[in-house]
Amino acid sequence: MAVEKSHKLALGSQDDVVLVRQAVRSAAIEIGLNLIDQTKVVTAASELARNTVVHGGGGMAFVETLRETARLGLRLTFEDTGPGIANLELAMKDGYTTGGGLGLGLGGAKRLSSEFEIDSRPGEGTRVTITRWKG
Amino acid sequence: MDKIPILHLGNFLLVTIQVDMHDRLALTLQDDLTTQVVSHRARGVLIDISALDIVDSFIGRMLANIASMSRILDAETVVVGMQPSVAITLVELGLSLPGIRTALNVDRGMKLLQDTQASEVPTLGSREIT
Repeated sequence: MAVEKSHKLALGSQDDVVLVRQAVRSAAIEIGLNLIDQTKVVTAASELARNTVVHGGGGMAFVETLRETARLGLRLTFEDTGPGIANLELAMKDGYTTGGGLGLGLGGAKRLSSEFEIDSRPGEGTRVTITRWKG
Repeated sequence: MDKIPILHLGNFLLVTIQVDMHDRLALTLQDDLTTQVVSHRARGVLIDISALDIVDSFIGRMLANIASMSRILDAETVVVGMQPSVAITLVELGLSLPGIRTALNVDRGMKLLQDTQASEVPTLGSREIT
């Protein structure tokens, strides 16, 4: 698997969430995702970028284009050095929230992605990676 | 742009969301609409989201909040123009927007609001005394 293109964006405020959405949209169009898959990956990115800003106190987003033999994909990574998630299992559950939201962010982003990975350590930060393959 | 314009059309308020909203803008719209339902004695709110590429959980919650607050203030809310890709994504995300009335386009949404108003039984206060 090769990373063809990589784009790094700072996530400090709500306006950056909008910029990440736009960057993910253009990367999704570039690899030829259809409209439904574009919408899914941009929506997942929006949820995760907001988490980074609201819960992680800001961080970074990486938008990468992947090539694996014959297929193309989009890998998005969101990382922060915030408080971390104490109970990952609970945080993944729909309806569980500490931020006053709907509690759909993590579980929803997972359902909207082909692959989902989360790594979080209390006191150190959180990193969430999602991949959406074309086809 | 820091505010989304709200149009007044008879008894109804009409909003067309045409920008990629950041969260603060969504909250401002929610507050403005709720305030104007009261100040304009509006009976219906129509929100056109045909220009929105995505509806995430935050915008979904904003739409649900507007609908609940309007209902408490005696106004109906109709959300119109959702793109099919947005609807598919919303359901997969886990949001089914309960309590929100929807219509395919502005025309049908207006009709829905007008029908709702027309079918209302006159209340005691508005009944003519013969």
